[in-house]
Parts: sequence; C-alpha cells; structure tokens
Amino acid sequence: MLQAMGARSIDDLFSPIPAEYRLERDLKVPRQMAESEIVDWFRERSRENGESNATFLGAGAYYHYRPVIIDSLISRGEFLTAYTPYQAEISQGTLQAIFEFQTMICELTGMEVANASMYDGSTAAAEAVMMAARLTGRRSVIIARSVHPEYREVLTTYAHHQNLPLSTTSFKDNGRLNLEELERSITPDTACVLIQSPNFLGTIEDADAIADIVHKKGAMLVVSIAEAVSLGIVEPPRQADVIAMEAQSFGVPLGFGGPYCGVIATREQFVRQMPGRLAGQTTDRNGKRGFVLTLATREQHIRREKATSNICTNQALVALMVNVFMTIYGKVGLKELAKQNLAKTAYAAAQFGKHAKILFPGSPRFNEFVVQTSEDPYAINSRILGHKIVGGLPLKKFYPELGNAALWCCTELTTRSAIDTAVGLVAESERSMKSAKEEVDAQEVVR
Amino acid sequence: MPFPTDYKYTKEHEWIKADGNNASVGITNHAQESLGDIVFVDLPKPGTEITSGKTFGSVESVKAVSDLYAPVSGTVTEVNGELATAPEKINKDAHSAWMIKITLKDPTQLNSLLSAADYEKFVAEEGGK
Repeated sequence: MLQAMGARSIDDLFSPIPAEYRLERDLKVPRQMAESEIVDWFRERSRENGESNATFLGAGAYYHYRPVIIDSLISRGEFLTAYTPYQAEISQGTLQAIFEFQTMICELTGMEVANASMYDGSTAAAEAVMMAARLTGRRSVIIARSVHPEYREVLTTYAHHQNLPLSTTSFKDNGRLNLEELERSITPDTACVLIQSPNFLGTIEDADAIADIVHKKGAMLVVSIAEAVSLGIVEPPRQADVIAMEAQSFGVPLGFGGPYCGVIATREQFVRQMPGRLAGQTTDRNGKRGFVLTLATREQHIRREKATSNICTNQALVALMVNVFMTIYGKVGLKELAKQNLAKTAYAAAQFGKHAKILFPGSPRFNEFVVQTSEDPYAINSRILGHKIVGGLPLKKFYPELGNAALWCCTELTTRSAIDTAVGLVAESERSMKSAKEEVDAQEVVR
Repeated sequence: MPFPTDYKYTKEHEWIKADGNNASVGITNHAQESLGDIVFVDLPKPGTEITSGKTFGSVESVKAVSDLYAPVSGTVTEVNGELATAPEKINKDAHSAWMIKITLKDPTQLNSLLSAADYEKFVAEEGGK
C-alpha cells in the first residue's frame, strides 16, 4: 500500500506531522488475547454483575418478571428482521401484531387511538406536547415538577428550537399537584399541561380534577405514565387529551438505558396530529381481513420537512415484546400483577415508616414511595450494597429541598426478606443517629 | 371538466371566485385528479387572516398531504363544514366544492392571478414536461 501511495516507509508517510508530535513508543494496549481467553475474561466480568442483588430502584425503569415466551416469539426470523412494514403484501404478521398492540393499549388507557410506537416515555411525552401545541395553536407549556426529571430534560431539548416556552408548576406536601397554583399559571397561550401519574414521587394525581381546570382554560391535558403496570389497578386518566406512556414494564428487559417502548394514545379527533406508525384493519379485494399502515401521509418519508414529527422509525420489535406480555397476562393477570406490586409496596412503606419518615402521606401511591432518613441515602446505598441490596434512588440532585430522601420501588419480584433486610439495615443507622442526637440534646440540657 | 371562466387560478392549483369584496376558494379539478381520493381537509377557523402565497390549510388524499396556498390575502369568514364529513365532494365536483369564503384585503391582487385560459395552458405545459 505504501508503494501505491508513493511513500518509502511508514515514517515517510507521517513525515508531514512534526517530529515532536509523533509517539515514539508503542501504544499502551494489552497484548492480543486468544478467543478462549476473551470468553473467559468476559465470563469473569459478568460474575461481577449484581444479578442476584435485590433492587429497590424504579424511577422510570422497572424490574418486572419477563415470561420466557417473549424472547422465543420475538426471535422468530420474520419478526426479528422486520423493518417498517411499508409493503402490506409481505408484512401481514407484523402489521397484525402492531394492530393488536394498538388495540390493547387503547383498552388499557381508555383512549380511542394509539400509535406503535415512540422511542421511550420521554420522547412520547415530548411528542404529545408538540401535538397539543399544533392542535391548539398556542405557544407555551406547563410541566408539573413531579414529572420525571429526565423526561423534563428531553422536553427542554425538544422545545429549545421550537420557540415553545416551558414553565413548571409545583407539588404540595402530599405529593400531588398544587391545583390553585396550576389554575393561576394557565394563560390563554398555554397549549397544554403535562403531568405524570403515578408521578415521579410515586403519588397518583387527581387527573379528573386537573383535567377540569385545564379544559376550563381551553388548554389540553397530557398525562405521562412511566409505570405501565399501574394501569392494572389505577383508573386510567380518561379525561386526558393525550396519554404518553412508557411500556418498558411490559416485558422489556432493563439494560443500559434501552431500548424502551414509548406509546402515544389519544382521541380519534386528534389522530391527524399524532406522530408515529399506525396500523389499520381493512379487507382485501376478496373480502378477507387484512392490515395496512394507515394515515402515513403526514410522516416524514412522504412529507419531509412538513412531517408531523421527525421521529422516523418505530420500535416494532420492542412493541412486540410488550404485545406478547399483554397477551400472556391478559386483563385478569395484569390486575393480579398490579395488586402484588401494590401489596409489597404497602408493606415496605409501612416497615420503613417505623424507622424513617415516609414523605407525601395521605395520597394514593402505586409501587414507589419516598423515604426520608437522617443518614445520607448515598451512604445508605453503599452500606447495603454489601448485603447485595440496591437501595432507592437518592433524590438530592433532582429535589434538593427534600434533603436525605430516596425513591424506593417494590415490584412483584421484591421479596419480603429483601424488604425486611433493607429496612433492618436502614433502621440500624437511624437508631444510632437518633440516640447520638439525643445524647447531644441531653448534654445541651445539662449545660 | 372545463375551468370556469369567471374564476381566477393559481399555479398551486387553487381557484378563487370573487364577488365584489368577497370570494370563495377551492382547488381545481386538475388538482383533485392528481391527488386521488381525498379523505381529509384541514381548514382554518373563521376570523383567521390568510396571506397571498402562504399556506392556509392542507388537503389529504390516500396518497399524500398537500398544502393549500392562499391565492390572495384576506380574512376567513366562513368554512365549508360539509367537507369535514364529506371530503369526497371535492373529487365529485372540485369547482363547486368551495373550502373557505374570505373578504379580500386588496381586490387588485386578483389581477395577478391566472385566467381560465392561462391556467389551462399552464396545466397542459406542466403535464407535457
């Protein structure tokens, strides 16, 4: 190759680079390894994973059971290799799966149409907000501060170049939105209000009351649902204009932040402003049932810069995982699953409550709750990790005013013994910190 | 279908029928033929100001969504509500299926639009390309 380039040597090739910038030694990279050594190396590393750890992390990424049949079905070549099913003639299976997905999402959310799908819950929320801006022709957005902080970051990115000012509205001591403040902050230019329920702090919002306030002012209500399993027992926010959901809980594994499965569901009258793929049922020329992509005329492969959205691909395979999950559990199974989440969380909150403060009391919650401790939650987490327990998410960086607070989550996979161990470990330090404080107080009294 | 001689036309295939300071606007028969079956029309609310050459809505067929361009500037006074439930009326008789009625801002703007003969010639040339 040097010959073809007319260079005499490697040094000759690099001669334009001044000598002082050239590296005069070998790169510090490990020696080559044999394939068998590489396999051994990765096996060793995978043992370092905390797979047998009990986890109390939630906050938008939920550890639920995944029925084994999900991976068997999605691994079928027809599904695994399918891209956007533009050609209905060769994509009936994929289209039918998408159609079923949409149908079940509608049944779950109480909405009339659903797409399939968005990247994740955050982009679904952002797209839903853009939808509301297009539909109302209004140019500002109010976001509840109890919406997932990372979802809010994604929205900030979206709104940055859309000339769409965002403002936030606060929550009360019971974790729910401050309705008086909300009502005051809605102006004739407010396109929509975005809330999350159950919200990031685990509290279920009074969506009906919020919808009344928002609709009275001519704005739209977008409800984000980050924990899809909650729909097994929590009444869906039927008064919402758009529901933006994260369906990861339904059979999508947790892995380094993705892939996830965002969903938008809305009323039929808004369907033309809904981004994303939509499969419809029809009949072919012989009168047989069939499926096609529909309402694709506003998508970017047809309308380019005037497309409803530039979210250009869907998550068909991930949506299929969700589809299989919903089919396996069904209405009864999903309700049972949600009840288990609810019961374990209620037990855990009660146990923690004996030794630490549970914030936002008096409001309904699903499978997350906030524990406030004397000890720093980061310190708690590193202490209990030694006992193979991953503690709750410290909230300091998102809500500094909550102090030593962490968001704990229980699912059907959380065992009672893990809860008891975690509570025991937290209680230990709470007791010693309390007695230390009492000692100091007592000394001060003596003085 | 001939193009009515008392209408004016745009190169974006809208027609406008003016009567004094008022006018109705629609799309031409040629436009509906190119679009195919029309399934939805998105129109502005009465009171909306529209500007000559700018979009005022869109028309969606099974094939594509196309923007509607205002032939002249004015204010929307009325929207053809029938098209919301029966957009196929445009396919059936494009030249009578008006979309919006407007009051003209400046009636002299009509002079810069195409006559029926000019538009027919334009369509023929466009088709021949």
